[in-house]
Amino acid sequence: MSFLGYPRSDGQVGVRNYIGIISTVVCANDVTLKISQQVEGTAAYLHDQGCTQTPIDLNTVKKTLINLGKNPNLAGVLLVSLGCESIVPEEIESEISKAGKPVKIINIQEVGGMLPAIAKGSNIAHDMVVEASKIEREEFDDSKLVIAVKCGASDTTSGLISNPSAGAALDKVNEAGGTCIFGETTEFLGAEHTLVRRAVNKEIGEKIINIVTRMENRTKRMGVDMRGGQPTTGNIKGGLTTIEDKSLGAVVKSGTKAIDDVFEYGDKVTKKGLYIVDSPGREPEFLTAAAAAGAQIIIFTTGIGAPQGFPFVPVLKVTGNPNTYKKLYDHIDVYIEIPEKGEDKIKGAGEDIFNELKKIASGKKTKSEVLGYGQFSNIFTVGPVI
Amino acid sequence: MAKKKSIVINKKDNVATALVDLKTGDLLDEEFEGESKKIELKQDVPFGHKISLTRIEKGEPIIKYGEVIGTATELIDEGDYVHIHNVKSNRGRGDLEGGKE
Repeated sequence: MSFLGYPRSDGQVGVRNYIGIISTVVCANDVTLKISQQVEGTAAYLHDQGCTQTPIDLNTVKKTLINLGKNPNLAGVLLVSLGCESIVPEEIESEISKAGKPVKIINIQEVGGMLPAIAKGSNIAHDMVVEASKIEREEFDDSKLVIAVKCGASDTTSGLISNPSAGAALDKVNEAGGTCIFGETTEFLGAEHTLVRRAVNKEIGEKIINIVTRMENRTKRMGVDMRGGQPTTGNIKGGLTTIEDKSLGAVVKSGTKAIDDVFEYGDKVTKKGLYIVDSPGREPEFLTAAAAAGAQIIIFTTGIGAPQGFPFVPVLKVTGNPNTYKKLYDHIDVYIEIPEKGEDKIKGAGEDIFNELKKIASGKKTKSEVLGYGQFSNIFTVGPVI
Repeated sequence: MAKKKSIVINKKDNVATALVDLKTGDLLDEEFEGESKKIELKQDVPFGHKISLTRIEKGEPIIKYGEVIGTATELIDEGDYVHIHNVKSNRGRGDLEGGKE
């Protein structure tokens, strides 16, 4: 079994062939967006970070930007820098270059402001796109798949059908020898014991407990009941009563296989198997973590109807809510009906999602790609802006 | 076959989930502790929301997926609507332990 992807010199395989236009700091976003709008074949990565933060967060931002640049769906990268930010663009350039792809920097202050930066940046991006377009798709084994899974705007149907179905698809990626990624640590609260049971060994089980405790403590430090923030107002409207209720329905999207290791936010996952990347549940921050981890495609289950995609990683939307499928048809790629009692639909649904993944890997567009929904991303930080 | 009105996910559960919008007085055929029973709804319950399969005392756990999803904050009777008005979470409760900021 195979799919058609773009070969990369570091051995990864892309399912898209964009030139990434990546802001190194929030202050460069306006120029990044203009260049990407001007030059077809580019994808902009915008975020709110990169300056006047503690070194802990700056390191996370730096690592995340490097690993976003290394994502196999990017054939090359143009970094857009203001020039005075805490992040050092040359450090990011040199690390991404190690993946064997072209990387350039445009410095807004150095070239004389917004207009020259847009003009020069667009020229650079133009040439990079022309060069990248010479790369042709080739046949690759399914073991080259790197797939992440997420749930968002969840309701009761997420835990009943769409999440277990996504989990069954992820199991198939795992069986094919691919790489599987999940996270959203906040949505482990109350269900972490079910994940610990699946850890490959005691040490990985302890890592799972540690990231859950760390995330819960960050929340408790605020001195309030987190309900309303997690589960969200929409989750509650959709029938989810507590974070435990949400989590038990959420973690099944990771499938049934052994959990091989736990990574920090912004890390790249380079091994085969099933991995956790520590991350919050909110879309802009989790989708960024999945892309930085190296995901080529993200399976995204929804109950109430989350529309978000990601600039250079196709996001496949799955719902089990019949009302959402009707109302938000323009956003949903796969609908799975809630089974009648005694009826086992999950395995079949998992196969359907897996087959759809391979079509998307070979070039079929997801609805969020067609609509271009998902321009506004972010990187997860834990400290203050200072 | 008529569309099922509710679902119990695990045999240990003390709540069912509505698969359609349910009205006060509607009857559900469900199993609880291995026995079939007819449960009469005491309130309206929207699609995707929960109904008690038994009497749950204040302070007792709410069980779904065979796991504890929270604690009853008041007496919940059989057929009652179960949600944030009568269930509290046991996690992420900074209000109980005091904040540091």
